[in-house]
Amino acid sequence: MIYHDSKVLLEVRGLRATVNGIEILKGIDLTVRSGEVHAIMGTNGSGKSTLAKVLAGHDAYEVTGGSVLFQGSNLLDLAPEERARAGVFLAFQYPIEIPGVANSHFLRLAYNTLQAQRGEEELDPLEFEDFVREKMKLLEMNPDFLDRGVNEGFSGGEKKRNEILQMALLEPRLAILDETDSGLDIDALRIVTKGVNQLASQDNAIVLVTHYQRMLNYIEPDFVHVMRAGRIIKTGGKELALDLEMRGYDWVGVEHRAAVEA
Amino acid sequence: MSAVLQNLVNQPYKHGFVTEIESDVAPKGLNEDIIRLISTKKNEPEWLLDFRLKAYEQWLKMEEPKWPNVRYPAIDFQAISYYAAPKPKQKLNSMDEVDPELLRTFEKLGVPMHERAALAGVAVDVIFDSVSVATTYKQKLAEVGIIFCSISEAVHAHPALVKQYLGTVVPVGDNYYAALNSAVFTDGTFCFIPKGVQCPMDLSTYFRINTEESGQFERTLIIAEEGASVSYLEGCTAPKFDTNQLHAAVVELVALDNADIKYSTVQNWYAGDENGLGGIYNFVTKRGLAKGTNSRISWTQVETGSAITWKYPSCVLQGENSVGEFYSVAVTNNYQQADTGTKMVHIGKNTRSTIVSKGISAGHSNNSYRGLVRIAPTAAGARNYSQCDSMLIGDKCGAHTFPYIQVRNNSAKVEHEASTSKIGEDQLFYFAQRGIGNEEAVSMIINGFCKDVFQQLPMEFAVEATKLLGFKLEGSVG
Repeated sequence: MIYHDSKVLLEVRGLRATVNGIEILKGIDLTVRSGEVHAIMGTNGSGKSTLAKVLAGHDAYEVTGGSVLFQGSNLLDLAPEERARAGVFLAFQYPIEIPGVANSHFLRLAYNTLQAQRGEEELDPLEFEDFVREKMKLLEMNPDFLDRGVNEGFSGGEKKRNEILQMALLEPRLAILDETDSGLDIDALRIVTKGVNQLASQDNAIVLVTHYQRMLNYIEPDFVHVMRAGRIIKTGGKELALDLEMRGYDWVGVEHRAAVEA
Repeated sequence: MSAVLQNLVNQPYKHGFVTEIESDVAPKGLNEDIIRLISTKKNEPEWLLDFRLKAYEQWLKMEEPKWPNVRYPAIDFQAISYYAAPKPKQKLNSMDEVDPELLRTFEKLGVPMHERAALAGVAVDVIFDSVSVATTYKQKLAEVGIIFCSISEAVHAHPALVKQYLGTVVPVGDNYYAALNSAVFTDGTFCFIPKGVQCPMDLSTYFRINTEESGQFERTLIIAEEGASVSYLEGCTAPKFDTNQLHAAVVELVALDNADIKYSTVQNWYAGDENGLGGIYNFVTKRGLAKGTNSRISWTQVETGSAITWKYPSCVLQGENSVGEFYSVAVTNNYQQADTGTKMVHIGKNTRSTIVSKGISAGHSNNSYRGLVRIAPTAAGARNYSQCDSMLIGDKCGAHTFPYIQVRNNSAKVEHEASTSKIGEDQLFYFAQRGIGNEEAVSMIINGFCKDVFQQLPMEFAVEATKLLGFKLEGSVG
């Protein structure tokens, strides 16, 4: 939701990034304020997921230009774990499996690390168990998930729910959801998006990276951005997503080229 | 491999110091005279000298094994000193008389002795180079009839027991290094748990090689009589030298009816530097004989050190319903080579064995699991379950698995599972994105991987092993 007096959370200016020497992001500008929901859409290879990973600090990507301010300080100076502790959360498109490490242990370590960072109380395993079970209800997850290895043998839908569970535990300022809708059936999509909606507040912001308008039926964006070839070429309201659903992406590119040439 | 992983896996060895202590070192080389010298120094009975000479005779006819998946230059057995002992001023009667320099060494290494032993509740025997320097808690153990002392002492104080069991599990001519050990072993630990006694505390031996050109050839013999049980722990370190030191130990375990022996090792011999210079050659023969009905022998090992490890703690399951277990974590880094595993020889009916092996390779190292499961025609109803998992850190190391399965009884059931995984950048990034730094992430991944084995270690050792792995593979020094 757009709030008139809300603060700028994320300010991306002219961001450029390469992977293996190939430029993927070619000058991204994006401003996200507290309380807002942004959707970033675009075809495969337009750079959406790269933008998400660059913001989270994946070291396969090299930032070659531009700036990123998060709550007023330079995000690019921070190591990935420092960005996470500062409140930047990435829900992975393909959550990683970590065999042998109990999900409960992993979740608790992540939670306590953040609590320590915020100067707040850490939870022992028993306290945490109660705490996390409450959060799991939100996502209609079976408590069995706590005893299994992190994402080990989880179905696609279970992995995505586990991502949103982590978002619920860590209460980030900025949550970037990278194609969280992909691989979800209708029921799972409903549950996951319901969870996200409950977590959205005036104090945080959500950036959804997605191919499809489908997810936006459940999570209503305030802004829709269209990416193409490493740039945001169009920004609009939620109606833009519906347009894209009907007309595809090509017309945006045509319109953009016309505007550039004019 | 990324810089992060490189830093995490390349940590200095903290036990690499040398103690300045006056040593009594035998001239280099191996011949009958040296063996007689060792025997004389130790004031041994005639039968033991004969045992040694017989072993030496066999050794001369044997060849070094070439089948392990390890590469090293030929060892010059004449360039090694076969006896090195800290020079005692006189015979020691208690811990207070031990050379303070030596005590400081063990303090530095964190070996619990003295009151520390009392606090830790662990009885400790300490082997420095070739000689046992201190055994704690002897008195208390003697009250329940347990003998826990150096093997040299046992030879004098309990000759009949030593004579009855020595060489019965690992015969003098068993293999090249066992024969060498039988000829020149200088000390080690002897442990006897009489009928029906449950050892009230963990027994522990701490081994340290201090002299540059000496070998360490210790001999351990543990006997658990009918219904007895014992948990035994072994730890090892050595200083850093540019040359390689040979360590060829023999451990024999005997479990009679309903007896239970649990043997745990944390091996952290010096592994050589990051270019593979120096380090211990650890060529060890460990075997347990589950002789009695319902007896159980369990080996747990955490192998992190040594330039080369060649070691297969084994169980001969002779008694009906006897049980053999092998739980192993082997970590190699830099240019370390490990060829380790176990042998489970099923002879008795309804014998059962479990093998859980976890190999972690980093740097340019090579880590091999080699295991034999043999079911004899007599072993009706025998069962074995083996699980061998390998984890790779980086892309220049190797993991190999060589399982041998020989089944000669068709009522036996043998299962083998194996897997290979890799710690990747993506796993580390996933942790980082949840606020967890690389060191903690690696530690968590490794501990998760080794969980099944660490669960088998006694509490204090589990903590030490976790720290050691952390130390070996992470930036933080415990």
